[in-house]
Amino acid sequence: MAHILASDDCCPSVKNILLLDSEGKRVAVKYFSDEWPTNNSKLAFEKALFAKTLRTNARMEAEIVMFQDNIVVYKFVQDLHFFVTGGDHENELLLAAVLQGFFDAVTLLLRNSVDKREALENLDLIFLCLDEIVDQGIILETDPSVIAGKVAIHSMDGAAPLAEQTISQALATAREHLTRTLLT
Amino acid sequence: MAQPLVKKDDDRDDEEYSPFLGIEKGAVLQEARVFNDPQLDPRRCSQVITKLLYLLNQGETFTKIEATEVFFAVTKLFQSRDIGLRRMVYLMIKELSPSADEVIIVTSSLMKDMTSKTDMYRANAIRVLCRITDGTLLTQIERYLKQAIVDKNPVVASAALVSGIHLLETTPEIVKRWSNEVQEAVQSRAALVQFHALALLHQIRQNDRLAVSKLVTSLTRGTVRSPLAQCLLIRYTTQVIREAATTQTGDRPFYDFLESCLRHKAEMVIFEAARAITELNGVTNRELTPAITVLQLFLSSSKPVLRFAAVRTLNKVAMTHPMAVTNCNIDMESLISDQNRSIATLAITTLLKTGNESSVDRLMKQITNFMSDIADEFKIVVVEAIRSLCLKFPLKYRSLMNFLSNILREEGGFEYKKAIVDSIVILIRDIPDAKENGLLHLCEFIEDCEFTYLSTQILHFLGTEGPKTSDPSKYIRYIYNRVHLENATVRAAAVSTLAKFGAMVDALKPRVFVLLRRCLYDGDDEVRDRATLYLNTVGSDGEVIETDKVVKDFLFGSLDIPLANIETSLKNYEPAEQPFDINSVPKEVKTQPLAEKKAPGKKPAGLGAPPSGPPSTVDAYEKLLSSIPEFSDFGKLFKSSAPVELTEAETEYAVNVVKHIFDRHVVFQYNCTNTIPEQLLENVTVIVDASEAEEFAEVASKPLRSLPYDSPGQIFGAFEKPEGVPAVGKFSNMLRFIVKEVDPTTGDVEDDGVEDEYQLEDLEVVAADYVMKVGVSNFRNAWESIGPDFERVDEYGLGPRESLAEAVSAVISLLGMQPCEGTEVVANNSRSHTCLLSGVFIGNVKVLVRLQFGIDGPKEVAMKLAVRSEDDNVSDMIHEIVASG
Repeated sequence: MAHILASDDCCPSVKNILLLDSEGKRVAVKYFSDEWPTNNSKLAFEKALFAKTLRTNARMEAEIVMFQDNIVVYKFVQDLHFFVTGGDHENELLLAAVLQGFFDAVTLLLRNSVDKREALENLDLIFLCLDEIVDQGIILETDPSVIAGKVAIHSMDGAAPLAEQTISQALATAREHLTRTLLT
Repeated sequence: MAQPLVKKDDDRDDEEYSPFLGIEKGAVLQEARVFNDPQLDPRRCSQVITKLLYLLNQGETFTKIEATEVFFAVTKLFQSRDIGLRRMVYLMIKELSPSADEVIIVTSSLMKDMTSKTDMYRANAIRVLCRITDGTLLTQIERYLKQAIVDKNPVVASAALVSGIHLLETTPEIVKRWSNEVQEAVQSRAALVQFHALALLHQIRQNDRLAVSKLVTSLTRGTVRSPLAQCLLIRYTTQVIREAATTQTGDRPFYDFLESCLRHKAEMVIFEAARAITELNGVTNRELTPAITVLQLFLSSSKPVLRFAAVRTLNKVAMTHPMAVTNCNIDMESLISDQNRSIATLAITTLLKTGNESSVDRLMKQITNFMSDIADEFKIVVVEAIRSLCLKFPLKYRSLMNFLSNILREEGGFEYKKAIVDSIVILIRDIPDAKENGLLHLCEFIEDCEFTYLSTQILHFLGTEGPKTSDPSKYIRYIYNRVHLENATVRAAAVSTLAKFGAMVDALKPRVFVLLRRCLYDGDDEVRDRATLYLNTVGSDGEVIETDKVVKDFLFGSLDIPLANIETSLKNYEPAEQPFDINSVPKEVKTQPLAEKKAPGKKPAGLGAPPSGPPSTVDAYEKLLSSIPEFSDFGKLFKSSAPVELTEAETEYAVNVVKHIFDRHVVFQYNCTNTIPEQLLENVTVIVDASEAEEFAEVASKPLRSLPYDSPGQIFGAFEKPEGVPAVGKFSNMLRFIVKEVDPTTGDVEDDGVEDEYQLEDLEVVAADYVMKVGVSNFRNAWESIGPDFERVDEYGLGPRESLAEAVSAVISLLGMQPCEGTEVVANNSRSHTCLLSGVFIGNVKVLVRLQFGIDGPKEVAMKLAVRSEDDNVSDMIHEIVASG
């Protein structure tokens, strides 16, 4: 793992994805780097990052900061703060794409009412969403509708013959959600 | 910010409605019992898993027992056919990271899912299984993984490929067998599959330069579907360019590809390509232009991320190619007021690097406002940029110096203050007009400086520069204040500085003496000693006479001897009639003595041998040799080699040899150790056969009368050789002695001994023995000053090597020269390296060597050797060493 993250020539990698609330508390976080080996070091990172970015305006466009030799891109909505961290030589736009993928997928999954309460009510979807975006640091998918599609398969009515449902159907559902989002 | 109050209320509501309010680990673990129900309720089970995941995510930990219990309970859930629940089960298993014996429990369930008809099962089961598995299990599922890589469902293929990337770390030999499938997947029509396949294929082949080059060549011509894969391809392409550049000249291969990526529709790709171009080795302005143009467009983007990425890259370009960035200056200036402070700092420092003389004052005004709200790390960057700006526009020193002195007075940490002080010092040195002004700023700063290090540095600097100013007396007050108000370290530095003023400025001498005399009553030894020393050496009592040049050199001149050497010399110096002679300290830079690696546990030895093995420092050798009358007329010792082992480890007798090189002689010092407690060796000699060393003639030998157990002794053999000629040859050695039995318990020795012999390994005198490691501080200057008159350049193939680093260190040790400027260190994964060596050849001939290494093909190392010296024979000799080595 270490050398994948170290070399510039290698696969782009994500060090962590964080979803914090408006007080900097965890809603859901996922670390892919051993840079923060203990829970305390993770909490310290989150706290410092939250404090550093709190006063910035990241509600319209994703913002970016150099933080502890890492690049962090972030975006806020309502009382939720989304962060994606990568190494200092990572392509900033690539990290922004991951952030956007995460942000939009969550928006789709929470049916456009993105706030902390809704996120906690659907925390299983948020966890699955994180799981579908990055696998141990490697980007799996950045397209929000595909991510949401993969997650949404499970959130449907348990009675439906889900085992038979294909990805394309799931995608169709997700796209429908997206269109609805865009129209509203 | 409009409705902070409302938000607070929201939070309170959230807490009331939060599904996890008052959640407690113990209770949730109890709830997990529902997993064992014969009639599973998928929805309920999913909720419990979410709660468990929530706990873990909040940093809660499960004990080993709890984790095991949860794990076993979760495995029961494989009975349910509910796909949503199964998905949560997968997550839970990954989160618990079960131990090897637990993994076995779920293996069969996961393997079943891996071959399921449901794509989502297959994809997830692969990721889970690969995450928790070890090598042995992997061979069982390898077949399925290979199939999955070429699965027509992209999610399944990606899952297998990404798992492959992770597994390559732990079990590369298995993953490497999947090359064919991965190769096929690179051609996939699914965007992300291509991305993952490309990443894996490159990792499999990353050590095979040719294969990577082929891969890049074919893909740059073909179609790459996702921006991510395109970014990856750009990275691999630049890697190929970097490696090709060392061997080829002319047009840069693949540049056209990078340039075409600047017109890609995805900004991510455009940026990746632009950045790659700016980072090319020795990039030309023509190559840079299109990249700078797209980055300039990004500067005015509405997206902060894009602006940041662009300005950060341009900032780096400005360090090496400031002119190329000047076109962006107008866009850059508007970024100073950017809401994002990182962007603003980067913009300012870029402008400082590229700005012109007329814009300096305006810039400084903008920066002053800005400095107060950025962190120290940014401030240091700004200070360094201002320093180089000032060196570029010396006429503007006044406003820049004022800026530096202003920020010096403000709050800040050590690194920041040090950056400012360093900058002022550099400006004083390089801009004569700025000197007096700058020195006064520094004087003011030490009046209230909390950092001892900075105070002493500044005092030292004042001592050097102050006396040369028009009115040196005005600094005395600042310096003498330090003697009153500071800690001992600073006081001692201040005393030295005062003395310098006294020695350099005759008019000030009487006054300085008065001050120095007061220091004689200081509470600290060092301060008093310094004051006494200076009072006694600088001049006669308070009279205005010039201080001797010899005294000045002694007190204030620079020391051109490595400190480590002088330390050992002083330690070895025994109080005697003869005073310590600083000229006897070797100037050679020492390397780690080989002796340290040898078997530990050697006890302090008897007479003649210093503790812990043979003497290893040059001065100790010199002392030892000069004490032997036979060698006393050999002249000055030129060089002593590191000890060379002549026996295997753990043998009866351990012998190593040190080669001492004199102008007309070579002395072998055999360090012998007897490792058998039951034996005493007497009349120990080394019989040397020099038949394969024609130019050498034995002149003396010095046997060892007795060699008791575990008490090293030395035998010497001296050979004459032609004067000043680096004669080489091979010597075979035989240890001959009389063995006497010893009773280890009583220590009694039997009277009768038996003559015996012990074969030692051969010893060679090689050309490298005639080269002494002597470093130079500035290789380029030394190289230029020695001139190309006797330069010899040639190329060599070194054959297959472990790594570049291994080849470099082999050549360094072959030549026995001193690596300069840290060039003996080879960066990881680099394919080429330049190493600079310096040394002195016997006869005091300076030699400099420039080695350029490159890896050619798989592990084939090629080397270009350029030698410069003061004598063409010596230059040729260096080439001979390499050619024969």
